[in-house]
Amino acid sequence: MPKMNLSHFEASFLFSLCTSIVLGVVTKRTDRERLQYGVYTFACFLLALFGIGWIMYFGHG
Amino acid sequence: MAKEKEEKQPMPAVGSWAPAVALGWLIPGGGHFLLKRTGRGALLMVSVTTMFFCGLMMRGAMFQPQTGDLLTTLINTGGFIGDVCSGILYLVAVWMGYNQPDLAGHVHDYGTKFLVTAGLLNVLAMVDAFEIAAGRKD
Repeated sequence: MPKMNLSHFEASFLFSLCTSIVLGVVTKRTDRERLQYGVYTFACFLLALFGIGWIMYFGHG
Repeated sequence: MAKEKEEKQPMPAVGSWAPAVALGWLIPGGGHFLLKRTGRGALLMVSVTTMFFCGLMMRGAMFQPQTGDLLTTLINTGGFIGDVCSGILYLVAVWMGYNQPDLAGHVHDYGTKFLVTAGLLNVLAMVDAFEIAAGRKD
């Protein structure tokens, strides 16, 4: 099995993508709502990723 | 409206949902395939399997149930249940001798979380399969 070396951002991005797809598929009732919810969740993940990243950057001084 | 929500829905017969839930556990997305929701089943299968294999390639550790203080029990037993929920992916990985020790480093840490999360996402897929099989969802 090949070894995978990902940066924090790459790993978080991949995590967000897979999780958003599943959350979108299982949560809503119509395909349109599922797509919207999946995109919304993914955007929230990315927002949190960048937001918390900047908070940690400033927190370290 | 609120009263309708509060009303308990009757539990459907086990035979109507158990095969879909069991197959959903064994093969991620399998329950949806059984219920003829192939598109959604394929998306679930690809997402959960990708996450699990990425976890393996990042050399994440599999949890083993341990007892001790509350936090140790909670983390290790909960993590073990999360790992097992990946179904055949977990069984094959263990059967083929995957036994990665828990190492320091962010890649290993992410790998461990990916493995557990793959199982937890599969639980969501199983719940969805249950709701479809029970007629509570389209």
